[in-house]
Amino acid sequence: MFIIQLLKFPLMLADWAFMGRTMSEKIIGEHAGRPASAGETVIAKVDLCFTHDASGPLLIRQLEELGMSITDPSRAIFFIDHAVPAPRRENANDQKMVRDYASEHGAGFSESGEGICHQLVVEDYALPGQVILGTDSHTVTAGALGAFATGMGATDMAVAMALGKTWLRVPETLSVRVSGGLKRGSFSKDVALYLIGMLGSEGANYKAIEFSGSTVRGMRVSERLTLSNMVVEAGAKAGLVPTDGETRKFLDERGRGGFREIGQDSDAVYEDVLDIDAASLRPMVALPDSVDNVKPIDEIGAVEIDSVFIGSCTNGRIDDLRTAARILSGRKLHKGTRLVITPSSRRTLMEAAKDGTLQALLLSGASVTPPGCGVCFGALGGVPADGENIITSTNRNFKARTGNPEARTYLASPAVCAATALKGIIADPSEYL
Amino acid sequence: MTALRGRAWKFGDGISTDQIAPGRYFHLRSNLPELAKHVLEDARADFAQNVRHGDFVVAGRNFGLGSSREHAPVIIKMVGVSAVVAQSFARIFYRNAINIGLPAIICDTTQIREGDLIEVDTAIGMIHNVTRDVRMSFHPLPDIMRRILQEGGLIKYVQKHGDLELGE
Repeated sequence: MFIIQLLKFPLMLADWAFMGRTMSEKIIGEHAGRPASAGETVIAKVDLCFTHDASGPLLIRQLEELGMSITDPSRAIFFIDHAVPAPRRENANDQKMVRDYASEHGAGFSESGEGICHQLVVEDYALPGQVILGTDSHTVTAGALGAFATGMGATDMAVAMALGKTWLRVPETLSVRVSGGLKRGSFSKDVALYLIGMLGSEGANYKAIEFSGSTVRGMRVSERLTLSNMVVEAGAKAGLVPTDGETRKFLDERGRGGFREIGQDSDAVYEDVLDIDAASLRPMVALPDSVDNVKPIDEIGAVEIDSVFIGSCTNGRIDDLRTAARILSGRKLHKGTRLVITPSSRRTLMEAAKDGTLQALLLSGASVTPPGCGVCFGALGGVPADGENIITSTNRNFKARTGNPEARTYLASPAVCAATALKGIIADPSEYL
Repeated sequence: MTALRGRAWKFGDGISTDQIAPGRYFHLRSNLPELAKHVLEDARADFAQNVRHGDFVVAGRNFGLGSSREHAPVIIKMVGVSAVVAQSFARIFYRNAINIGLPAIICDTTQIREGDLIEVDTAIGMIHNVTRDVRMSFHPLPDIMRRILQEGGLIKYVQKHGDLELGE
């Protein structure tokens, strides 16, 4: 038996050497120090760990119970973004705890008002080929830069920060190929919603999604971020985009090195391959109360909307605000419909202030809040009244998500949200673009 | 681990973390006993008030989808729930539950009705619906998660072993 195992071993090595690999297998293998294939469990080194005021206090308590400290503070970042500026004493105390801990341990820190962790991680920290963990399900956003980025809870993160590593089951991968040009009025958000509608809310549970195809190659990084961000709504563990000239440009523009080419091998083994024809996609809407309850805008009838929100790690970037401003510029909100806008970061807000975007939004009647996460998950601001309908550019519409279990939440692109704010019913943005 | 015994509280498919630990109670995240008073409030308003020590949360598919907030399994455990039994779990919730020592059991829950008395033996992977005298086996946890749960959670596991280990 032993001899057979010995004989098999070189064959297995040969398999590993010549077998095509997915991006997840490549990145996790590099961090495990051995070839990794889907289904295996490995211990992997972690390049970047981050948390925020939502999970940071629990994480810090777990680190203290563990009796360990952060092994490499240069790889740990604490963000204050979830309820900012602090609306209550309890939030302020939690934020102080996070702020003090980061300071005492020399870890990275991002103060209240700087922006949403996922946006800042992508702009300032994430690099292709890294393993990135965050105590937030939307950590998957950084996959758009070719990183293996995934969300975990506070205890997993405490251990990852203490040991500099984590255990990972190497995920099977769904290859999602998106081809063709998006029509006027349709955006990467519509691709994401369509995909989630197709997969269902657990269609990618425990799996990775890797995007490819001409549409994805033609997207700016800001659009790819929306794709990667939303994969978790189908349960996915990561949503990766191969790196290319766009990725390099994105890093160069921010004065950052660290670009590398990483993509899937042509003979990588996928659990499934899904093709999406982008040219045929209409603006999509997720109806209450689940993200996979997706329909083309033409099939939902006239849905009256009381409140609109544009923001979040999914769609609060400068490109999103500019699209909204194009639609809203020179027009006024529908009487009886409110619009709240949250830029994803201070930088986003400053860009919007500089190029006239902010003024166009404000003149239309929108309220603009400081950068942060609060409105998206019902913790701070923009809460709809009982029986009201709200449409948002965010990622979730579960019951109670926007702060009121008696309200109904719809999801769509920033363009649909802006057009809806003008018409008071969920509206196709094409006529304004 | 010894057998767990309690009554079943039935929930449907797709119970999200927004229903388990609603965002509107965000300010209570460092006050877990208070947050626990609202556990699963938006799925069943009668649950938090009436759940008894040892009871089971029994659900359909994709339990715990959404946020990575570990507060969700923490407050389920805090009110005395001995295990969550569901047809499937969202990835992050599943990992979080085991990490904090709350058994998350994947099995066909159509054989369990509201209020049924059930016993779960995690060691042999068996659920006994005492009320209906039905026995069902369930898949064991992946090896590393089984060992984490056996130690009472990830913190205790790392305290004991000083490291993460894959085992055999």
